[in-house]
Amino acid sequence: MAAIFQGVGAAATLSSSPSNSFDSNNSFLSPPRSFSVGKGASFSVIRSGGILNLNSKGRRAQQLISNAVATKADSAAVSSSSKPGHELLLFEALQEGLEEEMDRDLRVCVMGEDVGHYGGSYKVTKGLAKKFGDLRVLDTPIAENSFTGMGIGAAMTGLRPVVEGMNMGFLLLAFNQISNNCGMLHYTSGGQFTIPIVIRGPGGVGRQLGAEHSQRLESYFQSIPGIQMVACSTPYNAKGLMKAAIRSENPVILFEHVLLYNLKERIPDEDYICNLEEAEMVRPGEHVTILTYSRMRYHVMQAAKTLVNKGYDPEVIDIRSLKPFDLYTIGNSVKKTHRVLIVEECMRTGGIGASLTAAITENFNDYLDAPIMCLSSQDVPTPYAGTLEEVTVVQPAQIVTAVEQLCR
Amino acid sequence: MATAFSAPKLAAQPFSTISPSSQDRPLKIPFLGSTRKLRCLGSSRLNLSRRPSGPVVAVSDVVKAKKPTQNPSLLITKDEGLELYEDMVLGRAFEDMCAQMYYRGKMFGFVHLYNGQEAVSTGFIKLLKQQDSVVSTYRDHVHALSKGVPSRAVMSELFGKSTGCCRGQGGSMHMFSSEHNLIGGFAFIGEGIPVATGAAFSSKYRREVLKEANCDHVTLAFFGDGTCNNGQFYECLNMAALWKLPIVFVVENNLWAIGMSHLRATSDPQIYKKGPAFGMPGVHVDGMDVLKVREVAKEAIGRARRGEGPTLVECETYRFRGHSLADPDELRDPAEKAHYAARDPITALKKYLIENNLAGEAELKAIDKKIDELLEDAVEFAEESPLPPRSQLLENVFADPKGFGIGPDGRYRCEDPKFTEGTAHV
Repeated sequence: MAAIFQGVGAAATLSSSPSNSFDSNNSFLSPPRSFSVGKGASFSVIRSGGILNLNSKGRRAQQLISNAVATKADSAAVSSSSKPGHELLLFEALQEGLEEEMDRDLRVCVMGEDVGHYGGSYKVTKGLAKKFGDLRVLDTPIAENSFTGMGIGAAMTGLRPVVEGMNMGFLLLAFNQISNNCGMLHYTSGGQFTIPIVIRGPGGVGRQLGAEHSQRLESYFQSIPGIQMVACSTPYNAKGLMKAAIRSENPVILFEHVLLYNLKERIPDEDYICNLEEAEMVRPGEHVTILTYSRMRYHVMQAAKTLVNKGYDPEVIDIRSLKPFDLYTIGNSVKKTHRVLIVEECMRTGGIGASLTAAITENFNDYLDAPIMCLSSQDVPTPYAGTLEEVTVVQPAQIVTAVEQLCR
Repeated sequence: MATAFSAPKLAAQPFSTISPSSQDRPLKIPFLGSTRKLRCLGSSRLNLSRRPSGPVVAVSDVVKAKKPTQNPSLLITKDEGLELYEDMVLGRAFEDMCAQMYYRGKMFGFVHLYNGQEAVSTGFIKLLKQQDSVVSTYRDHVHALSKGVPSRAVMSELFGKSTGCCRGQGGSMHMFSSEHNLIGGFAFIGEGIPVATGAAFSSKYRREVLKEANCDHVTLAFFGDGTCNNGQFYECLNMAALWKLPIVFVVENNLWAIGMSHLRATSDPQIYKKGPAFGMPGVHVDGMDVLKVREVAKEAIGRARRGEGPTLVECETYRFRGHSLADPDELRDPAEKAHYAARDPITALKKYLIENNLAGEAELKAIDKKIDELLEDAVEFAEESPLPPRSQLLENVFADPKGFGIGPDGRYRCEDPKFTEGTAHV
């Protein structure tokens, strides 16, 4: 029951420099995942194990890996073997999720720069304006603070807008509205107004985009009370999180990554959503818990291959929910392995890793055999030069070294 | 392109009698696209560093002056007149009561009072339907009252009680009412304008996408002169005009942003002129005269309702008290204050009603008494209302409390009883 994932086109986008390209035998393990029904609105789907092959030479690895560990004991089985699923790229998965929600609920609308006629800078809204019209897929002028505020006002008066920041960094201009209005108004109005808005956009370090286009805003937004933050990393969870975010009554910020848009995966045909508050078990293991999200997941999995060859058995969890943290999945893992490594793309100071370290220490200190290690990007404005950019973010070699150090 | 905007009946102001040479600023630039009859004001506004030299004119004088050349019928009926009077008296008395309560230690923090500006709130909001929306700033008590939020609810909110319109969680600067479509109450200036634009967008969306054919809800955004130098103002003027949103931007120009005079902060102080630059009519009106404001409001709201797009209305008004109850108000010239005090909108309306035989002294006094009793009741209600219990702390952080996440035990944290008690740590 293994599905084969091909990431042919994705290899070029994922490697940050020529010296770091994936070799032809790379394979990522992704064991079956199941999403428990008990946790709220999620559907249960069993996903069979498979490989995400990022082959820079375009060859397709045909290895079948079956790994029968399920993440939740009480999983209900809804097999997708009757339907073959369909293959698509991550940006197409986002678009599919968005389109399905817009079909399902007329109140869902999109606002942002170039989302309409242009189809979105990263093609996430391609074709939607033709289908739904210029009002439902609204091309806004370049006024982030105001159109985000407009989205909030629309959400308060009955619509369900999805606001796109062309690059997450641009949403810094909307910080006033996101902090003061998006996060707070449900509370200051005494619960009278809900703000079911989704704010999304690509962020993260790309391919020599320069400092301002390479920002990671999750650390800036995480203190805002009243919002939820999720980060997608695969086509499967991109579509699932997009749909869940749109259906949620809370304001949700969905972080995408510029370099992950061309990832290819086979996803189920049937309707599914991913729980906004849950983390995703990527690879179960015994020796060390590696917590990561977004693009660093792939660096971690690449390092995992090396670690496995060296005899380590890392457990990799994609935390997905940046605010709030899924302390259950994380806690269970810590209790099993007693060692934690956090690998993130955020800056060192005040990042998601810093918060996560504090949360784990507070809750699971007794289970730790070693201090938590946190690998983050350097506190440096991302340089343009490729060689410098490469060393500002965490590379697989560093992850391997860190695990070796942690497991001594 | 600014569209035609028919002149309200009360238009010309006697300030045109002031000769340009008595000012030290060039002033009379006829603005484009707006009503020809409305003029920007003369020297008394632009020469505020000196004592104003123009004549003080009350509403009734102007109305009388206009009457021979105008339709002799009055602007309002008796019922309308009494409604306007009652609303303005309610606003004034409420704010005075707030000041009293504040100094007695019943309310805290920043409290911004609306004394003197009642004509704007009453003039505009009394023309709205329940489903129309109002967005305000921190000076929002009277907007809330005009929109129909009960005095009890507003007073309790100010006292921080759980019976307040926002359960005590908002306070003076965050008045909200979903029932009355009052969408705030915002503490930072300018941040309500995009929200108002969004509410107007919703209205248009309902009509065009959701096919609710009768949806013609209008949104009013109130804000001050200081806000008109803020980016959000301009960005929203652009978007509202671009998409012809059913919104009216009402500038309550009271000349002062705390201690910053509008003239010291603004390169071109004539705010209404900024409307045509974005393709909407810009209208200036005497904000101390509720009847004039009402006439302009009718036009602007009517435009929005018919789908013709937004309007920018600049109301010349004045706040009799300081910026907030903490403001010593030392910068403003006493002569300026006296000038506007003589144009008190309530006194003016009262005079108009009596002189035109719409109401008698006794009737108006009865209204005054009724409002006093209403406020006594509101204060009593607020006093006796309970303070919010600890359990209320975490209740409205998220509409869906699953947003607090999953705890170490695998259950959603909001299922933890400490959450309903308010003692959990988030």
